Amino acid sequence: MRTLEQTTQEVLALAATHFQLPVGSLAPGDDFFKKLGIDSLQTLEMLSRLENHFGIELPDYEVQGVSDFKTLAERIQSRL
Amino acid sequence: MKSFNGKTLRWESREGVIDLTLDHEPANEIGTAMLAELEEFVAAFGALAPETSACIISSARKSIFSAGGDLRELYATAAAVAAKDRPAGVRAFLERIHAVMNAIDEAPFVTIAAVHGACLGGGLELALACDMIIADKMARFAFPELRLGFIPGFGGIPRLKRDLGNAFVRDLLFTGRTMNATRAQAVGLVAQLAGEGEALRIARSTAAQITKYDAVARAAAKKFIKPIPREELRREIDLFCELFTRPSVMAALKKFVEDSGPMPYLP
Repeated sequence: MRTLEQTTQEVLALAATHFQLPVGSLAPGDDFFKKLGIDSLQTLEMLSRLENHFGIELPDYEVQGVSDFKTLAERIQSRL
Repeated sequence: MKSFNGKTLRWESREGVIDLTLDHEPANEIGTAMLAELEEFVAAFGALAPETSACIISSARKSIFSAGGDLRELYATAAAVAAKDRPAGVRAFLERIHAVMNAIDEAPFVTIAAVHGACLGGGLELALACDMIIADKMARFAFPELRLGFIPGFGGIPRLKRDLGNAFVRDLLFTGRTMNATRAQAVGLVAQLAGEGEALRIARSTAAQITKYDAVARAAAKKFIKPIPREELRREIDLFCELFTRPSVMAALKKFVEDSGPMPYLP
């Protein structure tokens, strides 16, 4: 079982890889909409990337309003 | 005609396979422009059928198969007329798109939707009209219509009910959430799962296999296993028009089309 800290680090690493950013350039408290400048389709892509990596389903309504990596990781953790 | 190059889509027939590519900025929305070209496409079925074994429908747009019905056009068209006149316009559009979807559904060859990225609303209804969905593992499927106060109007519910179990159908409809390709395959919506960027290649390989079989047996099998739920499709049009007359729908559409944020307005 992953810890929340591990999940958060994996989310940050996935986002950095997906958006071709240097590993370590993203922090748990970052607002990913502002930091990554992503649109609605990229948001869905990231959701697929996360679900495929963690082997979970993360309904859109559970992440609606979530904008930072730490809270996103918490939502994922609750599904693991 | 063996090929067509339109403003929203193009198709080419070669070696028994029709390749239909949706290519309409920004997200392959199905509005009056794409509808007209889809009508031209299905009108060619009669001439193409004798030498066609399979048809692949795919998207040239990045990260999306189709966003579905053109809600901006729907809102603008409806807002331009008096409330009492809106249902007639909506019904006329739905009658035309249903005729297209039914023609694809019962085409005398095998139809394959090669899906990558988002496949939403009317886009999913187009994929559902096909015989098989081959999906990239990054694809996502959703019917977000209830979030705006109406139902899928291009034949979605009757075809979902025909093809899939209640648990999935109701989850998809009542939550409006997007579902990933792995789950979609597990419930039977997706026939084959492809690696990233591989859906079209796998669809072409599948189509090539289909061309090897006897055309009469293939057409008979399709007719036998895939009846068109005509009565429910008629009722869907009525119900859509009935729901669309409510002021809350126009208010939700207005909020949706005016929202350009990364997570468009959806309650």
